[in-house]
Amino acid sequence: MSDLKYKIIIGLEIHVQLCTKTKMFCGCALEFAAEPNSRVCPVCLGMPGVLPVMNKKAFEYSVLAALALNCEIASFTKWDRKSYYYPDLPKNYQISQYDLPFSEKGFIEIPLESGESKRIRITRAHLEEDAGKNLHTAGNFSQVDLNRAGTPLLEIVTEPDMNSADEVKALAVELQRIVRYLGVSEADMQKGHMRFEPNINLIITKDGTEYKTPIAEVKNLNSFRALERSIEYEAQRQLDEFLDTGKVMQMGNKSTRGWDDANQMTVLQREKEEAHDYRYFPDPDLLPVEMNDAWLDEIKSRLCELPLQKQIRYVTDYKLSDYDAHVLTAERSTAEFFEQAVSATIEQAFIFGGDPKKICNIITQAGLKLAHEQNCTLSELGFTPENVARLARMVEDGYVNASAANTILEEMTKTDKDPQTIAKDMNLIQKSDAGELEAIVDQVLADNPKAVEDVKSGGKKAKKAQGFLLGQVIQKSKGQANPKIVSQILTKKLS
Amino acid sequence: MHELTAIQLRDKIKAGEITSTQATKKVLQAIEKHDKIIGAYISVFEKQSLERAAEIDKKIAAGESVGQLAGVPVAVKDNMCTTFGATTCASKILENFHAPYNAAVVQKLLAADAVIVGKTNLDEFAMGSSTENSSLKQTVNPWDTTRVPGGSSGGSSAAVAGRLCMAALGSDTGGSIRQPAGFCGIVGLKPTYGRVSRFGLVAFGSSLDQIGPLALNVEDCALMLNVIAGHDPNDSTSVDEKNAPLCDYLENIDKPVENLKIGIVPQFAAGADKQIQNAINNAVELYKKLGAQIIEIDLPHFEYAIAAYYMVATAEASSNLARYDGVHYGHRTENPNDYIEVYSKSREEGFGKEVKRRIMLGTYALSSGYYDAYYLKALKVRNLIRTDFTNAFEKVDSIITPVTPTTAFKIGEKVDDPLQMYLADMYTISANLAGIPGISLPCGFDDNNLPIGMQILAPAFEEQKLLRIAKMFESKTDYHKKKPAIIES
Ligand SMILES: [Zn+2]
Repeated sequence: MSDLKYKIIIGLEIHVQLCTKTKMFCGCALEFAAEPNSRVCPVCLGMPGVLPVMNKKAFEYSVLAALALNCEIASFTKWDRKSYYYPDLPKNYQISQYDLPFSEKGFIEIPLESGESKRIRITRAHLEEDAGKNLHTAGNFSQVDLNRAGTPLLEIVTEPDMNSADEVKALAVELQRIVRYLGVSEADMQKGHMRFEPNINLIITKDGTEYKTPIAEVKNLNSFRALERSIEYEAQRQLDEFLDTGKVMQMGNKSTRGWDDANQMTVLQREKEEAHDYRYFPDPDLLPVEMNDAWLDEIKSRLCELPLQKQIRYVTDYKLSDYDAHVLTAERSTAEFFEQAVSATIEQAFIFGGDPKKICNIITQAGLKLAHEQNCTLSELGFTPENVARLARMVEDGYVNASAANTILEEMTKTDKDPQTIAKDMNLIQKSDAGELEAIVDQVLADNPKAVEDVKSGGKKAKKAQGFLLGQVIQKSKGQANPKIVSQILTKKLS
Repeated sequence: MHELTAIQLRDKIKAGEITSTQATKKVLQAIEKHDKIIGAYISVFEKQSLERAAEIDKKIAAGESVGQLAGVPVAVKDNMCTTFGATTCASKILENFHAPYNAAVVQKLLAADAVIVGKTNLDEFAMGSSTENSSLKQTVNPWDTTRVPGGSSGGSSAAVAGRLCMAALGSDTGGSIRQPAGFCGIVGLKPTYGRVSRFGLVAFGSSLDQIGPLALNVEDCALMLNVIAGHDPNDSTSVDEKNAPLCDYLENIDKPVENLKIGIVPQFAAGADKQIQNAINNAVELYKKLGAQIIEIDLPHFEYAIAAYYMVATAEASSNLARYDGVHYGHRTENPNDYIEVYSKSREEGFGKEVKRRIMLGTYALSSGYYDAYYLKALKVRNLIRTDFTNAFEKVDSIITPVTPTTAFKIGEKVDDPLQMYLADMYTISANLAGIPGISLPCGFDDNNLPIGMQILAPAFEEQKLLRIAKMFESKTDYHKKKPAIIES
């Protein structure tokens, strides 16, 4: 047996579709699934005589994203034509950026399983227009839908700094959160708003010698699952191939592969990296873009705390679990709602403010479920952060129990009443009156002599039996008994 | 009507002395009679232009205000998009192409109440200097029908010279307005790059193309420029009027420029025919008499202009013409075997020889491994030429040169010798590389009674001064008043 170790090396190219109202170089609306060729004009159809005009918003969105990725923003950037013939490319060139992208040299911090984070370097980010779509639906001809042609795409290229499918996925998820936070992309995978192209190879150490396998680029992955699976598959395939043939990386033996989702495998598309000559040259129809300090400052002012920073802060400041913090920070609107609730000042004498953990529970256990059902954000459900804070305080104080809180929250989406009023109206206030509860406890104890005996005898069964009795009391009170008080009464009576 | 200029006709129409309908009918009759021989038009809009003329007459009769070109019959080169008629670029690949929008300049002509009577012939995609590269028809020079009208705006030039319209629009990438104007004995103006919107002009060399007027005299050119100049948000390269204010180009046009300094380039003379040299010398003498100071200047990189031009123009063209592929519009080959054949055969069948030559040249210049040696180097030369002009214009207000090294040559004479053909643009090309304005106006006739053109160049956005300088010469001479014999026939 020889001594063999290997390490996966992965770099990513990511295309992110920006959520501007109109296309990159014309006034056509950006809409998903509109009727084919209904969102087009002479410009994005590449008609004779048309000229592109840069969408300033798209440029600003891209700069904002690049700033969040810690990139340097170029003070001078230009547009280049990338030439190739394909039916979905009306001009047979794509307006892109070649040697002077608008940003370079950044990094993104990605969360690892261990709770640590890892820095992945960003090589560059540039802006370009998307092509249309070829549809192979009918007979022996193809159709072209140009609704997507001219859509602004942010292309982000990372250094090969990732070493596992998990890391790649973490980066993808983190990037999705960031662009959503900044409001520059909906980043909806199902709609193809994010597309990934990993470059994968292995560094294999065998008998003390290091070998690099040829790089494979997997094209056009548009789900996190396919991204992960393709990397796992490629790693194994490249290892097998190396052991089989000893093939190592050489000039020009990078291959291009596609993902076969049905068979969960990558498929060879092009063996050798073709000497593709795109004949880049500066687009004479567009002016270079010069970024001055005032403009850059204005864009910088739109930056916000990024999701991973928030997540870490929630764990430290609010003592939330990593999981809860992640759920709360997945969407910017959720995090903002949460923070508003935590900092809400609540006027009633017996309520002093929201407890972060309780607010978190209400949001994660009930709020997000409701939002999901109604297909909207938390703040669009109709209740205010203040009222959620009040509700959390009511739970904290034992005024209502957790399940009642969920019921109240749901009611809060339908009415403007405050949670106390709802609790009263719906008869959900916990019974904390010792006298009243004692009567129920006595009844339960009388009905369950076996359990009482188990508790009194101590030992293994005692704890379980006491829990059972507590449950019985709560049930008999129709969920309104305050479990804390019932516990106290039970302990007193059974000791 | 043959005696009238566009401005005079416009004024008569506005005054009710003549109707636009009458004027338009006259022009249509002239087209009917002479265009069989001259071949200036690819399409003529008989019914539509009469309807439009009637509308304008109605407006005038009702006392409504009308535009600067009220009722004046004009023509447009067939590389500018119109929603009426086809926009062919004189190419088989776009022979049946109907644009879904109007070019910005067409919109402006219509807004100025012009009557567009037709669209004129050109070298295919404006690539050529004789209009012989048209794939659709031949245009001849009204002064001698065995000779070329020049190109690529040969149709527009011949139409104006043959009085088949009152004025026309052309496009100028390397001399395509000035050179045919020179060959046809009319006035042609190439404005500063960015002065006129290119939106809707089918691109040849995007960084060089500029639309401009062809007319019977300097004032008519100024009028046309008044109509078409200005910023267009649809053209990012059209200049912001804050940086280069528009003006009324007719204002003070009769006022001679005081303390005028005219530059002449001794090295230019050698390249032109003797008779042309003489005509230019006489013109310079006239300016001297008018009080101008004549200063010899040097344009040290002039000899590299043609080479640099053919790199930049063809590189841009190779990319601009990539869209004509048979997939979305235009000519598509029949029964292709696969989509690659849709491209290769449609293009093979659709493009003419010169267009293919330039696409190949440009594709080569942009190829990896050659880019630096050709395209990038050409851009550097272009900068040097720009600097040459900047330096020259520190000493002079304008520069006078011949428009062409020869007068109009015989049809077929140079078709098999592209290099000879390219030399026809040797004096005009630099202005496109530098982006500066230039005007071509008649300054004499040779022994064959063929017009000789003089070119005047000026600094960027100095069209007003340029037109005034040209007018100084025109008002003292009669060359522009001579008419080709064919008109009277
Ligand atoms: Zn569009």
